Amino acid sequence: MVRLTIDERELQAEEGATIFSVARDNNIYIPALCSNEAVAPYGACRLCLVEISSNGRRKLVASCLYPVEEGLVVKTNSERIVNNRRMIMELLLARCPNNKTIQDLARQLGIGETSFKLEDNQCILCALCVRACQEVVDVNAISLVNRGINREVAAPFYEPSDACIGCGSCAYICPVDAINFEDIGDTRYIKWPTSSMEFKLKKCKTCGNYWAPEKQLDYIIKKSNLAPNAFDNCPDCRD
Amino acid sequence: MSAETRQVEETVDSILNSYQHDKSLLVSILQDLQAECNYLPKEGLTGVSEGLGIPLSQVYSVATFFKAFSLKPRGRHSIAVCLGTACHVRGAVRILEEVERELGINRGETTQDLKYTLETVNCVGACALGPIIIVDGEYSGQMKTDKVKPLLENYD
Repeated sequence: MVRLTIDERELQAEEGATIFSVARDNNIYIPALCSNEAVAPYGACRLCLVEISSNGRRKLVASCLYPVEEGLVVKTNSERIVNNRRMIMELLLARCPNNKTIQDLARQLGIGETSFKLEDNQCILCALCVRACQEVVDVNAISLVNRGINREVAAPFYEPSDACIGCGSCAYICPVDAINFEDIGDTRYIKWPTSSMEFKLKKCKTCGNYWAPEKQLDYIIKKSNLAPNAFDNCPDCRD
Repeated sequence: MSAETRQVEETVDSILNSYQHDKSLLVSILQDLQAECNYLPKEGLTGVSEGLGIPLSQVYSVATFFKAFSLKPRGRHSIAVCLGTACHVRGAVRILEEVERELGINRGETTQDLKYTLETVNCVGACALGPIIIVDGEYSGQMKTDKVKPLLENYD
C-alpha cells in the first residue's frame, strides 16, 4: 500500500494503481473521455490532467496513466489545471462542435464557446473503439489510420471489413456516440464516421425474432468451442 | 489468381523468410516490400498480415502512418522538391509550381503514365545549394524555373 494525498484528502492505495482509478474509487471526480475499465489506459483525451508534486517539483500528468507513489500530493483542480483543461476542452469543442456529449461536458466545465476554428467531426480519436475491438473482442477489425490531421478510425483500405463480426462493441464503448448501430428487420447497420456495414441477423427458431448477427454468433461458437446449434434460439427462448 | 498477384505473393514470402517471420520487424518488411514493388500493393499487405500473424488492421495502420510508404503505385522516377526554410526563401515554391505545371500533377501525386511521382521534403541538409530538387536521389542545386523542363527531359 502507498499513501498519497488527493485534494487535501489523505488516501491509501494499492501499488500500481493509477491516480485516476484511486480518485474514482474515493469519489473524487476527474473528467475524462477516453477511459474505460474494459480496456487498458491510453491517455488520449488528456482531460484527466492533474497536478502532482513530489520532491518539491510540480508537473501536469495524465492521471489515467500515472501510477501512485508514496507521498504523492495530487491536485485535481488547481488554477493551472483548470486553465489547461479549458484549453483541451476548447480544442475538443472546436473539433466536435455538434457533438452533444462534448457540448455537455464543456458546459459542465464552464466553457461556453471555443476560440478555435470550428470543424465538423464527431470522433475525438480516443481509440476506445479500436481498443475494445482489439483487447475485448479480439477481432481487430478497425484501427487508427493515417496520421496528423488526417488520422481517423477506419477498417483496412476503407473497405467493409472481413474481420468485423458486427458485435457493436465499438458503438457501445464510444464515449461521444460517434458510432451508431441499429437493427432493422433482419439486418444490423453499423455506421462509423468513415464507413458503414450491414450484417445479417440470426432468426430465433422458437420465437422468430432476429436477435444477433450471424457472424458474431459464428465467432463465439468458434472461439468458445460450442456446438454449431448453440445459438439456434435467442436467450429468451432458451431453457 | 493473376500473374501479378502471384508475383507479389512470392515477393512477400521471400521477404518474410529473410526476416524469419519476425513480427517486430514489420516496418523493415514493409520497406523491403515497397522497394521491390515500388509501392505497397493490397495483396502485399494482406500477405504480410497473414505471414506474420498481425491483424490486417494493424498492418494497414502502420502502412498509412509513415509518409515513406505509398499505397498507390509510384512513378519510375521520384522527384522531391525541397521546401525547407533556406530553399523556401530562395523561391522553392515557384520551382515546385513549375514542376507541377510541367507534369500536370499536384504535389504528392503520380503522373498518369507512371513516369514521375512528385513529392516535397522539408530540408535535405544541402541548404547552401538551395533551392534544391532531387530526382532519383540526384541533387540539382540552384534551381531556376527555366531549368526545370531541361532537367526533367533527362529522364525517361
